[in-house]
Amino acid sequence: MGEARKVLIDPLVDNNPVTLQVLGICSALAVTTSLLPALLMCLALTSVCALSTAAISSIRNRIPNNIRIIVHMTIIASFVIVVDQMLKAYAFETSKQLSVFVGLIITNCIVLGRAEAFAMKNGVGMSFLDGLGNGLGYSVILIFVATVRELFGAGSLLGYEILHTVANGGWYETNGLMLLPPSAFFIIGLMIWGIRAWKKAQVENPDYQIHEVHRTEVL
Amino acid sequence: MEYISLFIQAAFVENLALAFFLGMCTFLAVSKKVETAIGLGAAVIVIQTITVPVNHLIYTYLLAPGALSWAGLPEVDLSFLGLVSYIGVIAALVQILEMTLDKHFPKLYNALGIFLPLITVNCAILGGTLFMVERAYDLPESVVFSLGSGFGWALAVIGLAGIREKLKYSDVPEGLQGLGITFIITGLMSLSFMGFSGIQL
Repeated sequence: MGEARKVLIDPLVDNNPVTLQVLGICSALAVTTSLLPALLMCLALTSVCALSTAAISSIRNRIPNNIRIIVHMTIIASFVIVVDQMLKAYAFETSKQLSVFVGLIITNCIVLGRAEAFAMKNGVGMSFLDGLGNGLGYSVILIFVATVRELFGAGSLLGYEILHTVANGGWYETNGLMLLPPSAFFIIGLMIWGIRAWKKAQVENPDYQIHEVHRTEVL
Repeated sequence: MEYISLFIQAAFVENLALAFFLGMCTFLAVSKKVETAIGLGAAVIVIQTITVPVNHLIYTYLLAPGALSWAGLPEVDLSFLGLVSYIGVIAALVQILEMTLDKHFPKLYNALGIFLPLITVNCAILGGTLFMVERAYDLPESVVFSLGSGFGWALAVIGLAGIREKLKYSDVPEGLQGLGITFIITGLMSLSFMGFSGIQL
């Protein structure tokens, strides 16, 4: 039980796929201009990740080693097609906003990375939990970034106005930069800084250290 | 003329890496040295320019609604099979290219070799194909688009590698070292690439 819990909770902060392992960043940045598409994207990725790791794990002993990547790709692609068709059927408008990024879940390194690193070595149940945990770790980052960008970029959340904008006769001047691509990089960069200030173990060592020269050494 | 305009737009204004965040994983991982970045950039240009037109042909003659009319099946719509076919084509082409290079151009293979498998899972390649389908480019347009977008991606990764090489000697705050500062640099680069928007030839 304790282990299952660890597998599920660990990827949320301590071993987050986006901020620590640098995986799956493409879509994390692109769909976060507002909260609704980001939520749908999280749902899509988490379900694909959990289901495909479970599926891959269930046939892990039958996959020949040298063609495993292609087998993984095919399984993941099939789940992505299912999710894509579901989104088109039940949330057509938002699926238009997500445009190509649902399809790009196939090449999202989180899914393939978990399939390769975890599902090939562990049982079905654990792999499902691991996929779920990593999907949720990705979702945490996505929802945070999307909340910041929509709140400060458009003054609203999920389309409801939170900060009364100047355009509607209020006081809040919207920050247009938040809706443009660069702001996503800045927010994630600062977020990584925040997480690493909290969890010191994640800090990377610099290639070159600046030595402090003491007066006695100089003399 | 419109092709030049399309090229400029694909390479600069709608840069796959900096405006659409595609291929970010490789972009951040393999941008520590200019030399390796050049190798990776070249590999992306080559694969992109081959896969997008090939996928275009597959889409128009096999998958699009009504595409199978030449086989006497005008009502069949296989477009839902798109994703599986594209990724299959990309994986297969990368494999074939790797084998051909290994056999006939060993020197080039040694330079590009390690990057080729990485490219299969590079979203910039699959993204290029999906954009081509979404925007309904015709064959010459998709050739120009793929060349331009590959070039733009290569340019961005080489630029980032150059900046990171210089950055080695600077005093970055502790928590921001490595990944954090790289994100901020990429954001600044993306901001400067936005300066190209509105350019029409």
